[in-house]
Amino acid sequence: MSITRQPALLGTSGIIFLAVLFAASVLVPVLNLAVAPDSAVHVPTYVVSLLGKYLTYALLALSVDLIWGYVGILSLGQGAFFALGGYAMGMYLMRQIGTRGVYGDPVLPDFMVFLNWKELPWFWYGFDWFPFAALMVLLAPGILALVFGWFAFRSRVTGVYLSIITQAMTFALLLAFFRNDMGFGGNNGLTDFKDILGFNIQADGTRLTLFVLSALALGLGYVLCRFLVRSHFGKVLVAIRDAETRVRFTGYRAENYKLVAFVVSAMLAGIAGALYVPQVGIINPSEFSPANSIEIIVWVAVGGRGTLVGAALGAVLVNYAKTYFTSGMLAPYWLFMLGGLFVAVTLFLPKGIVGTYYDWREKRRRHDDIPAAPLAAPGPAE
Amino acid sequence: MTDTAMLAPSTPSEPAPAEKKELTEALLYLDAVTVTFDGFRALNALSFTVDPGEMRAVIGPNGAGKTTMMDVITGKTRPDRGDVFFNGGTTDLTKLDETQIATLGIGRKFQKPTVFENHTVLDNLRLALKGQRRALPNIFHRESAAARERIDEIFETIRLTEHRERLGGALSHGQKQWLEIGMLLAQDPKLLLVDEPVAGMTDAETAQTAELLREINANGHSVVVVEHDMTFVRDLGVRVMCLHEGSVLAEGTLDQVSANERVIEVYLGR
Repeated sequence: MSITRQPALLGTSGIIFLAVLFAASVLVPVLNLAVAPDSAVHVPTYVVSLLGKYLTYALLALSVDLIWGYVGILSLGQGAFFALGGYAMGMYLMRQIGTRGVYGDPVLPDFMVFLNWKELPWFWYGFDWFPFAALMVLLAPGILALVFGWFAFRSRVTGVYLSIITQAMTFALLLAFFRNDMGFGGNNGLTDFKDILGFNIQADGTRLTLFVLSALALGLGYVLCRFLVRSHFGKVLVAIRDAETRVRFTGYRAENYKLVAFVVSAMLAGIAGALYVPQVGIINPSEFSPANSIEIIVWVAVGGRGTLVGAALGAVLVNYAKTYFTSGMLAPYWLFMLGGLFVAVTLFLPKGIVGTYYDWREKRRRHDDIPAAPLAAPGPAE
Repeated sequence: MTDTAMLAPSTPSEPAPAEKKELTEALLYLDAVTVTFDGFRALNALSFTVDPGEMRAVIGPNGAGKTTMMDVITGKTRPDRGDVFFNGGTTDLTKLDETQIATLGIGRKFQKPTVFENHTVLDNLRLALKGQRRALPNIFHRESAAARERIDEIFETIRLTEHRERLGGALSHGQKQWLEIGMLLAQDPKLLLVDEPVAGMTDAETAQTAELLREINANGHSVVVVEHDMTFVRDLGVRVMCLHEGSVLAEGTLDQVSANERVIEVYLGR
């Protein structure tokens, strides 16, 4: 009599999450295009892009939750994978500018002309072709994660040490991308984009499409992560998080499981970066800064580590707060608020918003399940 | 050819002569294994063999090297010197890591019960069950009917059937110990290394655990049990080996070993 209570691919919260995403990708375009600009419910295009940016952050947070929440890998360098995906997309967008740049060079992006370069560096080849750039969005972060993870996990670097070397990795990339002779635009990065796949990047329709694509990517990313963590593979991941030694003695190669999760996570972050860049219009080395990567951890902690939905929710909430507070009088204090938020969540809401909700729901369900057993539990004294 | 001496391990007080490894029929064969930590000799030329289907109890004072011995066998610690062979001398365990050794058929229960606390008891057994271990195929792994049956059997053996949907972390200490033994069974190892299975158990649980291990042994698994609880060791009714300062002090039946002057001096007390 094997009753196997396997959680559904999409739990209640998953269905709500996808429904909200779907509703947003229908409502936002309608409110942007079909509602008069002077109406109270009109969504201006800059807000569409802002929301689109939040969604890419949500996907980035999801990628962190997959490895931090389910495998216990606290990566403080996830921003590096996001930025690499962003750079791959940025290179494609640069190549689309063509002769419309300030210097009007048909091949070389402006910054190369400015640096007096005569020809396109070899690593820029192919980026004028979208499918190649799209492949690089996955491969650049994926291969970095594969190589980095291969060495780190095989050497059994775990815990704080792993966090520190992920941070060192993103910091090294930050320094490298700052250099002009790296060939990625140095300090200024890549910007001044014109077209994406032939569509004007500033046009309302393009912005809306990017927003909807971001929602779609987030939705698919969520379903993929859910599928992974529910599988036998995912159960091994959680087992590694909780008792890695036991997993090894049970005959699983923990390092391979970590590596697969790490690479998938890096690719998701790369996709998020690629969708982020056309919506904000710039990618520069500051995306590699360790502070960015730490911020992602705060989003996930606020929303609820190991819940997937919580990571996405946390990303949107914290970034909404960031937009709200950094555009007013409180702007200079934002970092204090962010730090305070992290401390407060760690102290008072260690499981984050969604994790706390799950606990509450579980407690209530159990309360309902167990029929009144007058002798089992000591009741309140009368 | 002096393998007859080895086949008759009836002289417990005499250390076995160092056989040639290809001649050994023992499941597990340790010869002159030495492990040093910062100058401290945790194991000092430790030699012993475990026969296929044998159950062996290991006793000895704290620091005698019991846990280090298990670490060496399971690949957690590499010996400085000495041979560790498995499967009749065919496999050199000192060249393999924990995962490879586990796959070969050596299961280990830790001193502190180690189960997957955030998985249900059922999932704990599913994860341990002998089967696919590679990462990518396990993304699409589906549980077979045979696997379900085997898990039900193990539940019967470890007496946790009614707890299958509870989280591993919610079990009592004794139940966790049983679950961990069940996970070992699910791995279907040739050899089980069991480190202090009854620590913290009630007398009734201790007796049940002895029965459980005897049952496992009767089903053809070799078992090495490290334990301090002499009542439990007596319940097991198997050959006993007393370790002291990293080598075998005495070996034989419990009565023989507990009558040994040196054992009384260093371990049992007068």
